[in-house]
Amino acid sequence: MGEAVLLIEGLRVEFDTRDGPARAIDGLDFALGRGETLGIVGESGCGKSMTALAIMGLVPSPPGRIAGGRILFEGENLVEADERRMRQIRGNEISMIFQEPMTSLNPVFSVGDQIAETVQLHEGLSRKESLDRAIEMLRQVHIPAAERRVKEYPHQMSGGMRQRVMIAMALACRPKVLIADEPTTALDVTVQAQIFDLLRELQEQIDTSIIMITHDMGAIAEMASRVVVMYAGRKVEEGPVDDMLADPQHPYTKGLISCVPHLQAEPPPERSPLAEIPGVVPAITGLGRGGCPFAPRCSHAMTRCREEMPRPTAVREDRVALCWLLDEAAAA
Amino acid sequence: MSGDGNLLDVRDLKVHFMLPRRHLWTRASAVHAVDGVTFRVRRGTTFGLVGESGSGKTTTALAVMRLVDVTAGTIRLGDIDVVGLAGHDLRKLRRRMQVIFQDPYSSLNPRSRAGAIVREPLDLMAIGSPEERDERVAELFRSVGLRPEQRSLFPHQFSGGQRQRIGVARALATNPDLIVCDEPVSALDVAIQAQILNLLLKLQDEHGLTYLFISHDLGVVQYMCDEIAVMYLGQIVESADRISLFKHPLHPYTHALLSAVPSADPEMRGKRGRIKLEGDPPSPIDPPSGCRFAPRCPYAEARCGAETPELRHFEGHAVACHLVGDDAVSPVARRA
Repeated sequence: MGEAVLLIEGLRVEFDTRDGPARAIDGLDFALGRGETLGIVGESGCGKSMTALAIMGLVPSPPGRIAGGRILFEGENLVEADERRMRQIRGNEISMIFQEPMTSLNPVFSVGDQIAETVQLHEGLSRKESLDRAIEMLRQVHIPAAERRVKEYPHQMSGGMRQRVMIAMALACRPKVLIADEPTTALDVTVQAQIFDLLRELQEQIDTSIIMITHDMGAIAEMASRVVVMYAGRKVEEGPVDDMLADPQHPYTKGLISCVPHLQAEPPPERSPLAEIPGVVPAITGLGRGGCPFAPRCSHAMTRCREEMPRPTAVREDRVALCWLLDEAAAA
Repeated sequence: MSGDGNLLDVRDLKVHFMLPRRHLWTRASAVHAVDGVTFRVRRGTTFGLVGESGSGKTTTALAVMRLVDVTAGTIRLGDIDVVGLAGHDLRKLRRRMQVIFQDPYSSLNPRSRAGAIVREPLDLMAIGSPEERDERVAELFRSVGLRPEQRSLFPHQFSGGQRQRIGVARALATNPDLIVCDEPVSALDVAIQAQILNLLLKLQDEHGLTYLFISHDLGVVQYMCDEIAVMYLGQIVESADRISLFKHPLHPYTHALLSAVPSADPEMRGKRGRIKLEGDPPSPIDPPSGCRFAPRCPYAEARCGAETPELRHFEGHAVACHLVGDDAVSPVARRA
């Protein structure tokens, strides 16, 4: 990884609840390199999407707030930036694609107007110029008959088309960072493959860095070069994708990889039961202080795991995992 | 029970939905949601239907359950002609077939307690005495991995995985022969999916259940199903057992589907060439003539657009494609 365009340091996001503040994100660190695609994986409720919202300055407040840490975008700390500055950055330098292309487009405006709005706002183009840019963007995301399609409304398009419009909108101002939050979960696999190809192609053209949030290890492997695994608002493991898939270190990463049936070219004639991760993600209010948050679901948990938070252990170059098992292994 | 070991026998099933006429004098057009589907499901096995959204897999399952009107074709469950039934007989048939839905959040009544939800099929079909029903509900809770005390809780007090277990218990209540699983894990978290899939396999083992399994996730289908049919625009384009289908896919569409699945295995990613499909599936309203996949097929020839391919049978494998030779070599393999 070269120079970092985005650096997250000790990020903490808290929500006020009846039982006191709950930490949705607790001491998260990672860096996003220029032109890199970084994957963030984990179950729902592990803080992936909240991380994205924190970077965009969109943590719902109240009851939520960024309680600590820094988000450095090209050296500028976004945590301290005011709303005016964030408006300049959002959609312009950092933009986002959401999971549901149906609900995240406005049904009463034509797709052209919605793409044009971003450029009008950030680049001060006239309506005519911005509509031309919208047509150009639709062409870039390979929507046929862009001149005609630009006047259409979201309901006139298929799911894949709408996701292309979302991408066109997010990339209209050539952002330096694109956050894709489960961009293909609602789509068919064949359409998903088209969207991945498109994202890769556009990334090359405009040299943007991508944070891809997903629960699908396959999608991560296909798209990202490095991956951060999150659990209960914390990073539990980080490293290059292929290396991590071949040799996961943290029990949670192991569980995530082995609990889904992967498509095989030659399936074995007998099925072996899938590995299960027992239990569910803990509610953030119920998180005990001190111990490893994964300990209650971990089959290897020791006394120490319930009492002390694991330290980051460097497994090898650019591989980090937070687990006491590794500490023991290193000590032995 | 039929002697050949088939529980479900579907022949030339068609489900068309009529659209409202645009004008008084124009011909009404129809959505050909399912258009000539034939398959058999052996007792105690899992039959998978895969395809993109809009391919007709859910409509096929709904037709089997008689939850949509059948336009043409026959459906037999054991010795019973399902299409010919009506009224009381149809209701009696429903004891023998149940369904597990995709979304455990919207398929459970938020105002009923978990125990009442599972008990409802027993009440509706008047199975057993009230005491026996209570007993049965407790037993069902245990067999799907819930505690009988949890009967008095409401759906919102359960996690997504637990809610799906309630859905499974409800489907099992009447001791059905056939359970339709319509995307049973796609709304669940990855870590929870394994719990439900393992549960479904365990129950199949214990009760000799037969599953009609619908999913768009090919990894899940490969893991769960004994036989698989690939659907495209309301028709089956290829069907085979789980080993053969993934080892030697014959239809170009099956190839395309398989190659589109992102793989966590770096070796697999390097090995297979991707067949890219452009665009979306065409509309099932007045579908294209000839092979329905031809407009998107990278191998299509002139006759593909003109003649409808018949389903041809090879050993353990059926495929509807003009370009698959009599030697059972797929056009994709031949071109490579």
